[in-house]
Amino acid sequence: MMTPVPGVEGFMYPNEVELQWSLLIVLYPYITGLVAGAFILASLERVFRVKAVKPTYRLALLTALAFLLVAPLPLQLHLGHPERSFEMYLTPHRSSAMAMFGFVYLWYLLVVLLAEIWLDYRADIVRMAAVETGWRRWLYRALTLGSMNISEEARAVDDRVGYWITIIGIPSAFLLHGYVGFIFGSVKANAWWSTPLMPIVFLFSAMVSGIAAVMLLYMAAMYMQGKKVDMLCLDTIAKYLFFVFLIDFSLEMLDLVHRIYEADESFRSLDFMVHSRLWTSQVVIQIVLGTCVPLALLAAVLVWRFSETARKRMYVAAGLLTLVGIFAMRWNVVIGGQLFSKSYLGYTSYKLDFATREGLLPAIVLMLLPFAILWALVKLLPPWKPEEGDRDGVCPAAP
Amino acid sequence: MQGRWKDSIHLIRPAAVFLAGLLLFLVVRAYIVPPTFGQYGHYRGAVLDEVRARPVKYAGQETCAGCHVEETEVKGKGKHATVACEACHGPAARHADDPGSMRPMKPEGTALCAGCHEMDTAKPKWFRQVNTKEHMPGMKCTECHAAHSPALH
Repeated sequence: MMTPVPGVEGFMYPNEVELQWSLLIVLYPYITGLVAGAFILASLERVFRVKAVKPTYRLALLTALAFLLVAPLPLQLHLGHPERSFEMYLTPHRSSAMAMFGFVYLWYLLVVLLAEIWLDYRADIVRMAAVETGWRRWLYRALTLGSMNISEEARAVDDRVGYWITIIGIPSAFLLHGYVGFIFGSVKANAWWSTPLMPIVFLFSAMVSGIAAVMLLYMAAMYMQGKKVDMLCLDTIAKYLFFVFLIDFSLEMLDLVHRIYEADESFRSLDFMVHSRLWTSQVVIQIVLGTCVPLALLAAVLVWRFSETARKRMYVAAGLLTLVGIFAMRWNVVIGGQLFSKSYLGYTSYKLDFATREGLLPAIVLMLLPFAILWALVKLLPPWKPEEGDRDGVCPAAP
Repeated sequence: MQGRWKDSIHLIRPAAVFLAGLLLFLVVRAYIVPPTFGQYGHYRGAVLDEVRARPVKYAGQETCAGCHVEETEVKGKGKHATVACEACHGPAARHADDPGSMRPMKPEGTALCAGCHEMDTAKPKWFRQVNTKEHMPGMKCTECHAAHSPALH
């Protein structure tokens, strides 16, 4: 007689009963996606000259930096020996997708994001180094790297170089998050992950989550500062969010239709899993609440006329639901991919701990950390210039 | 030309910081990575000598069979023919070198047997398995089976 294992249904291989990749591994693609998405939103203004989103340009860059600094932490915490992770930089193995990701991460952090932020803020940093006092003065002076030249010509050079860095940054952002999708999509032994569409789906969902996050952060920042939200900016962001979300949803549905029509040997097992253990997180939260409802809200704004207050409320609701939906998508990929047996004959379950190394508490702390970093960055490098009032009292980004 | 240079020279500073960081990384890397890393493959070459220098713990099946002829003969005719002596009796290199210095352990049967033969659906069907609690409640495996040739007594 077989002894039933709690949480296990049907046949599981012994090494499949307990999930090895936990909630922290869900956070990793989620946070990385927010980075890539925020940067793509910033590039709209810089490269594609979408002037309406200018008030969010600097905020988007700082958001990308704050989340990028936290992105590797869930992985570090997941590892039993986090110090060993640096060995992938010292002795990288070319066949390891994760080791190569370390270099993609460093490239994006050092060559793209820090360089672009420095160039964009340089003139402000030099000015603040002159007017600030105490430790802030020393900090700004260090950040100038010793160059005080902020002549029109020097700033024009900064602008040109920054423009080219953003151009390099767009494929780099695509690479950063496409690569996260590749790490999952290239696992050929896992039918739930193994699809060449995975990097593209991850990329578009990253753009969706990043745009939604910056939109909400911009509204929150304006609200906290008691300033008026630039509705043209907000409407434009919401429009881009809608179209990118539509592409993302189409790609996910394409993947679904392809799987249903192809119906390979894994299909019955995966289909059963979606109809049982993943029903709430995938169908209810990800597809209905996290995708269809925000898409409907954003589409309604494009089709019908709403008052400013109503539009703001709809954007807040759509943004929050989008972030929940994309989180659910990451959850369903990472956790869902470990719930079924490679024999396609059984299912296990994931029990989330609370105050353990990979529990809910560290996950909450890790999700709050980028906001704390962003708060410090905004204090240090203000994205808006309060003294230069803009149209209707809106505070635009620096030129 | 001179003006353009003057207004661009500040860009050298972040590049210099970046290059200094890269240089520091390369110096640290040269210091940290063991010199024999990559000698034979993606691992430290010197580890082979370190492993080789460790004391040998297992004597090997042939060494056991050299003295324990009778047990080897019995085992060779039964279902445990391919199981090495030291799989159940533990490492016995010291015993082989100097039989008086240690005696290989005599395993407590039931727990050892269950390690391989406890019922598990993940194991191949042809492999003999029992649910020990139902199969022999309160008994030892060796009451019915001989360990060296486990057919019933």
